[in-house]
Amino acid sequence: MLRYIIAFIMLALPATAEEVVLGLGKVGVAITTSFDGSDVLIFGAVKREAPIPEGDPLEVIITVSGPSEAVTVRRKEKRFGIWVNVDAVEIDEAPSFYAVATSAPLRDVLNDVEDLRYKISVPRAIRSVGAPMAVQDAGAFTQAIIRIRTKSDAYQLLENGVSVDAQTLFQTSIQLPAALTEGEYKTRIFLTRSGKVISNYETSIDVRKIGLERWLFTMSRENSLLYGLMSLAIAIAAGWGASAIFRVFRL
Amino acid sequence: MQIYLPIAEISVNAFLLLGLGGIVGILSGMFGVGGGFLMTPLLFFIGIPPAVAVATEANQIVASSFSGVLAHFKRKTVDLRMGTVLLIGGLVGAALGVVVFNYLKAQGQVDLLVKLCYVIFLGVIGGLMFIESLNAIRKTSKGATPKRKKHNWIHGLPFKMRFRVSGLYISVIPPLIVGVLVGILAAIMGVGGGFIMVPAMIYLLGMPTKVVVGTSLFQIIFVTAFTTMLHATTNFTVDIVLAVLLLVGGVFGAQIGTRIGVKMKAEQLRILLAIMVLAVCGKLAFDLLVMPFDVFSIAAGGH
Repeated sequence: MLRYIIAFIMLALPATAEEVVLGLGKVGVAITTSFDGSDVLIFGAVKREAPIPEGDPLEVIITVSGPSEAVTVRRKEKRFGIWVNVDAVEIDEAPSFYAVATSAPLRDVLNDVEDLRYKISVPRAIRSVGAPMAVQDAGAFTQAIIRIRTKSDAYQLLENGVSVDAQTLFQTSIQLPAALTEGEYKTRIFLTRSGKVISNYETSIDVRKIGLERWLFTMSRENSLLYGLMSLAIAIAAGWGASAIFRVFRL
Repeated sequence: MQIYLPIAEISVNAFLLLGLGGIVGILSGMFGVGGGFLMTPLLFFIGIPPAVAVATEANQIVASSFSGVLAHFKRKTVDLRMGTVLLIGGLVGAALGVVVFNYLKAQGQVDLLVKLCYVIFLGVIGGLMFIESLNAIRKTSKGATPKRKKHNWIHGLPFKMRFRVSGLYISVIPPLIVGVLVGILAAIMGVGGGFIMVPAMIYLLGMPTKVVVGTSLFQIIFVTAFTTMLHATTNFTVDIVLAVLLLVGGVFGAQIGTRIGVKMKAEQLRILLAIMVLAVCGKLAFDLLVMPFDVFSIAAGGH
């Protein structure tokens, strides 16, 4: 099932700069029982009164990040002939989903200083304050989380994923995977020239469970006793039902 | 047909889950095992978070065991009194198990401890059972009447009780201990513990194989129901949508399994169970000894 959520972003203009001032749109992803991933179409335009500046062309970077959470990354090692979890590093904040789409290779459109400042590339989006003293190579743990999540499409780097027309219109499509956590998905748009961010804009896509999904999830948290009893009632009823059916048909 | 699971927060194929539930249900009805030891790893494999798989699996076992036990009641192969004694032990064990589970989860060693115990337990139990039932099959094919050992140290213990359906007069202490141990396993791994329980009932308690299956299912219902409630209220990890998909297959499978089991000889049933136990043991041992696909793993939450 493809669902297009459209974010209209209007970029307008103090006279000299290309600056983002306003964005609007009907933004939201509804997780229903039949949810199977979703495509988010993000597009906008740069309106300016001054002529397009000379020099390097305008580049666009769009990031979408899911709710962050602390995670623990563990590493196994062989001890006494069996594989055991030995080291653990706590990553303070790792987004559950993170996609970066750019209009040209990331290295060409963004320099390191700006990346550090705005935390745009995937490794920068993950925040790890301190690893235990015993762990020498904490970087390997951050790389592991990127590798594992990239494999499951939770982290995506879409170089040349944004198309820009006449340095004015841009659009991209980002695929949200089926295994999606609900929450506010922060969406950022950066305009860059020569690797420098000249303007940025932030909005958010609201990802929410609705209907039955919403009801069950809320109940499991707020009314867990009733939820547990309901699960058991269903189990017993189904067990009895199957037995009754087999009896009726004398199987 | 893809269905999004509200608690597991992942989208899965509904028919795949129905099929898995059905296969595991058949085993459940045949052998008196819950089938969780097979189902839980399969759920991990399709990407269900471990905590959700363990809790939800307990709920599914309630359904397939209930379905199976009804079929056994009709054939009068359930020892209610023995089941109750095992159950009392089982509930105590399940409560202990959840505490142990939460503690180990915080340590990150949950996998290791459980797997090590399992490999040892399963290897020993499966091996002994395989040899015993093979011998029994050889003897019966030669025409000799199979004899079960009637007296061992267990019969010397106090607090004796008469279990009519099983034809036993033994102390209540061994069934209580068996119950506690199985309860702990049930809570930790989300398994009913049937494949530890069944051999223990046959060999330690000396119950007839036919009665063992129904009685095991009877007490598994209560232990797993208790486990489900504990997980639902403390960890919020029971996924009701996942459970429904699994148990629809499971309840029908259990009915079919019971019918297959009744038609088989006791030794044949035992040897098949032994093979299954050994296979699970082999798989777990393989995972521990062979280098994992990725030495890194991610768990939600900090310390």
